[in-house]
Amino acid sequence: MDAISDMPLLEVERLCVEFDTRAGVVHGLRGVDLSIRRGETLAIVGESGSGKSVTAQAVMGLIDVPGRIVSGDIKWKGQSLLTGDGPKRAREIRGKEVSLIFQDPMTSLNPLLTVGAQIAEVLQRHLGMTKTQARTRVLELLEAVGIPAPPRRANQYPHELSGGMRQRIMIAMAIACEPQLLIADEPTTALDVTIQAQVLELIAGLQETLNLSVILITHDLGVVAGLCRRVAVMYAGRIVEMGLADDLFERPSHPYTQGLIRSTPRLDDRMNRLIAIEGSPPSLLSPPVGCSFRARCPIAVERCTEQPPLAVVHPGASAACWRPSVPAWQESPPLEAALT
Amino acid sequence: MAASTTTSSTPSPGQPGALRNFFTELRYDKAGLFGFSVIVLLILMAIFGPLITPYDPAAQSVVARLKPPAWLPGGSWAHIFGTDHLGRDVFSRVIAGARISLIAGVSVVLLAGAFGVLVGLVAGFRGGRTDSVLMRIVDIQVAFPGLLMILLIVSVVGPGLVTMIVVLAITNWMIYARVVRGIVLSLRQTPYVEAAEMIGCKPGRVIFRHILPNLTSPLLTLGILEFTNVVLAEAAMSFLGLGVQPPATSWGLDVANGKDYIFVAWWLITFPGMAISITVLSINLFANWMRVTTDPQEREKRFARAKAAERRRGKRHDAPAPAPVEA
Amino acid sequence: MGAFILRRIFQGFLVVLGVTIVVFVATRLVGDPAKVMLPLSATDEQRAAFEHKFGLDRPIADQFVTFVGDLATFDFGESMWQRRPAMDVVAGRLPNTLKLIAAGLGLAIILALPLGAIAAIRPGGIADRITVFGGLFGLSLPQFWLGLLLIMLVAVKWRLLPTSGYGGWQYFILPAITLAVPATARLMMLVRSSVIDELNQQYVRTARAKGLRFSQVLFGHALRNAMVPFITLAGWEFISALAGYTVVVETVFAWPGLGLTAMQAIRHSDLFLLQAIVFTVAIGIVLVNITLDVIYKLIDPRIKLA
Repeated sequence: MDAISDMPLLEVERLCVEFDTRAGVVHGLRGVDLSIRRGETLAIVGESGSGKSVTAQAVMGLIDVPGRIVSGDIKWKGQSLLTGDGPKRAREIRGKEVSLIFQDPMTSLNPLLTVGAQIAEVLQRHLGMTKTQARTRVLELLEAVGIPAPPRRANQYPHELSGGMRQRIMIAMAIACEPQLLIADEPTTALDVTIQAQVLELIAGLQETLNLSVILITHDLGVVAGLCRRVAVMYAGRIVEMGLADDLFERPSHPYTQGLIRSTPRLDDRMNRLIAIEGSPPSLLSPPVGCSFRARCPIAVERCTEQPPLAVVHPGASAACWRPSVPAWQESPPLEAALT
Repeated sequence: MAASTTTSSTPSPGQPGALRNFFTELRYDKAGLFGFSVIVLLILMAIFGPLITPYDPAAQSVVARLKPPAWLPGGSWAHIFGTDHLGRDVFSRVIAGARISLIAGVSVVLLAGAFGVLVGLVAGFRGGRTDSVLMRIVDIQVAFPGLLMILLIVSVVGPGLVTMIVVLAITNWMIYARVVRGIVLSLRQTPYVEAAEMIGCKPGRVIFRHILPNLTSPLLTLGILEFTNVVLAEAAMSFLGLGVQPPATSWGLDVANGKDYIFVAWWLITFPGMAISITVLSINLFANWMRVTTDPQEREKRFARAKAAERRRGKRHDAPAPAPVEA
Repeated sequence: MGAFILRRIFQGFLVVLGVTIVVFVATRLVGDPAKVMLPLSATDEQRAAFEHKFGLDRPIADQFVTFVGDLATFDFGESMWQRRPAMDVVAGRLPNTLKLIAAGLGLAIILALPLGAIAAIRPGGIADRITVFGGLFGLSLPQFWLGLLLIMLVAVKWRLLPTSGYGGWQYFILPAITLAVPATARLMMLVRSSVIDELNQQYVRTARAKGLRFSQVLFGHALRNAMVPFITLAGWEFISALAGYTVVVETVFAWPGLGLTAMQAIRHSDLFLLQAIVFTVAIGIVLVNITLDVIYKLIDPRIKLA
C-alpha cells in the first residue's frame, strides 16, 4: 500500500443520479464526491438503498433506464467519462482498466456459456487475443484465483460450480486485463460465511500482488476492517462521513456512523447489547431538506434543517454534520443491567 | 428500491371505484380503447343483430346479384357493402356473422376452460401419481396432430355448429390444465398456503381462499387469447366447409362462398375477412393493454421507458447535456 | 443420451397409441364407416358386403386388434378415391407439404429474429411499437383470407405470380408468405420479449461491465440465450403446421400436399386415406419432438437428458 501516487485514478464529483418511477423521481445519488488513488483501498459502507451500488454502477456506466445521471462528473485519470468523447473512452476502460465484481455470482454468469469462454471474452475484446492465446491466459487466471484443475473447470458451465467457485470466476474475469481499479459490490453477501473469508482473502492478496486500487462496497462493517484503508459511509444518497478506517472505528464523528458501529456485533465486547438505530431511512422520492439523518438523530438541533457540508473534523476524517464527534448515544447499558 | 414504494398505489380490480379507474386508465391507451370499443360493438351486434341488419341476411334476390359496394359505380346505398352471388346483402351478413363467432368463442373457451381448470386443480393438488398420469395425458394429447384429428372426427360425425364447439373444446383444454397446475404447484410452495395447509385448512378452503384468487388474472388473459384462437379456428373450419353449415351465417363461410368470385367481386371475401381480422385484432389489442395494466412491474417499466423516450426527444433540441453512459 | 432417446420413443409410441384409440373410437363407434364411405343409394346387400370386406361386422375387440395389427405393419388399406394403397398416396404428397413448411417457416425465422431483436433494443421506442402492433396485426389475419387477398391482388390484379398450383419457385412465394405471416408474428414477439428479459438479466450487466460492445452483448449473450424459447416456439410452429395448419393454405392455393389431400379425402369420403394421413403426421410430430429435445440439450447445458 506504499505505491500511492499523487494522481487520483478515479474522481467522482457532485454526482447525482435519479430514477423515474410512477410515484415520482427517486433521488438515488445526491451529490457524491469520491476519489481514489493508485493502490488505494476504499470501502463504501451503508444500508441498502443508501446509494452504494448505484455509485459503483455509475462508475461502470451501468446506469440504465429508469435511472440516469443528472449532474456531476466521473473522471478517470483526470478526464471526464461523461462529456465529450468520454462515453466512448468509458467503453474502452470498462473491463480493462476498471472492473466490477457483482454481489450474486449465481446470476452474474451467463448460464449457457462455459466459464472459460466468458473469461476469454474479455481478453479477446480488450487485448485482441486469439482464441488460443486467450485459452492459455484463462488457465493462468483460474490458477491465480485458486481454482483447482483449471483445464477441466474452464470447460464447465456455471451451474456445475459452487457459489464460491463462481465468485472466483468473476474475480478471474475482473482481473483478466490487469485493471488498475477493482470495484467489488458486496462480493461476499451471497456466500457462505466460510467461503466469504476465502474470497476476501483472495481479493486482498490480489490487491497487493497487482497493486490494485479496490473499492469495496458492503453493508458489513466487519468486512471492512482488514481490507480497506479508507472508509466512506453513505446515507440516503450522500456520503456522510469519510476517513481512515482505524480512525473511523475508533472515533466515529457522524451520529449515523456511531449508530452503525454500535449496531455491529463485536467478538471482543460481549457485554454490550446490540442496538439498532430507531426509525428507517427517508424516502428518496422527496428527501428531507437538510441533514437526511435528522429524523433519527438523537442530537439533532435546529441547524440540522440546513444541509451540512462534508467538512474536515480532524486530520484524516471528515463528516457532514453540524455537531460532529458529539457522542450521539449513551454507552449501551451492560447486559446485566438490562436483564434486571 | 423504487418498485417497492410504488406498487401499493395500484388498486386491484373489485375495489370501489375500480370501474371508473378502468376507464380512466383506458383513455390513455388509444389502441386499448379502440380494442375495447370494437368488442363492445361486436357484443351489441351479436345480441341485437336481427334488429340492426337492414335485410334478412339469408334473403336472396335474383335482380340484385353481385352489386358492388355503395361508393363504386353501379353500387347503391341500399347495399353498403354490395351483394353476393345470390343477391344477399353483404353488410347484413357481416353483422349477422358476429353472433356465430362470439357464440363459438365463448362456448369453447368456457367448456375447454372449465375442464382444463378442473384437471389442473386436481393434478396440482393431488400431486404424485394422479399428477403424473394427468400430465402425461396432457403431453400426449398436445402431441396429437390437432387440426387433422378435428377434420377426421368432423367428417365422420358430420359438420355443424355443435360438433365444432365440442370438438374444439376437446382439443383445446390442455393449455388451461398446464397453466393452472403450474400456478397451483408454485402457490403451494408459498409460505401462506403451506401455513394454511399445516394448520389443517381443508383443501376446498385452501382452493377458494388462496388458490382461485391467484388464478383469476392469468386465466382471464389466457381465456381472452384462446378466444381469439377459437374465433380464427371457427372461421377456418367454416371456410373449409366443416364448421357452420348454410343457411346459417358465418364470416368464414362467407369468405368460402366469395372465393369463386374474386375475379369479379372482391368485396365478397374482403368484408367478412375484415370482420374476422378486426375482431381478433381488437381483442388482441385489449388483452395486450390489460396485461400491461394489471402488472405493476410492467407498468413501472413502461412508465420509465416513456419517460426515457421523452427525454431523448427533448435532448435533440437542447444543447448536448452529459449523457448517461450507454453502451 | 441413448436411454433418453429410448424414453422419448416410448412416449412417442404412447402418442401414436392415443391417436389410434381416438381414431378407432371416432370411426368405428361414433361414426359408421359404411355410411360415410358408401353412397346414399347403396343397398343393404352392398352395405353388408362392405362391412364384411373390412371386418366391420365382427366384434369390436376383434376389430381393434386387426386395426392395430394393420397399423403396426404400416398397412393403411386402399385409398377408395385413388384406387391405390393409401400409404403410396401419402408418400407422394408428403414432400410437397414439407417443402411448403420449410419455405414458410424459413421465411418466418429469417424475418422474426432481426425484427424481434431490433424491437428489444429500445423497448417502448418507435421500432418496438411498430413491431408489437405489426405482430398483433399479423396474428389477427385469418390465413385463408390472407391467401385469397394475396391471390386477388398479386396474382389476379397485378399478374405478378401464379394464382395457385405447384411448380417452380414462383409457385412457392404466395403460399409461403401466407403460411409465414402468423408464425412470423408469434416468433417475432417471442424474440422481442425474451431478448428484453435477457437484457435485464444480471449476466448481461456482467457482460456490459466487461466492456463488451453492445452488439457483442446483444448477439453473443442476450440473443443467444433467447434461442432456447425461440427454438421451442419454432418447433411448435413446425408441428402445428404439420398437424394441420397447412390444410387451409394448401386448400386456398391448391397445393398438392397432405393438407389438400386430407380435404380431398374428406370430400371423397375416403376414410382410409384420411387415417393414413393422420398417422403419418402423428409419427412425424413424434420425430420432430425428439429432434427438438436433442437440440435443447445442445444449446442449454443445464438440461439433463435423463
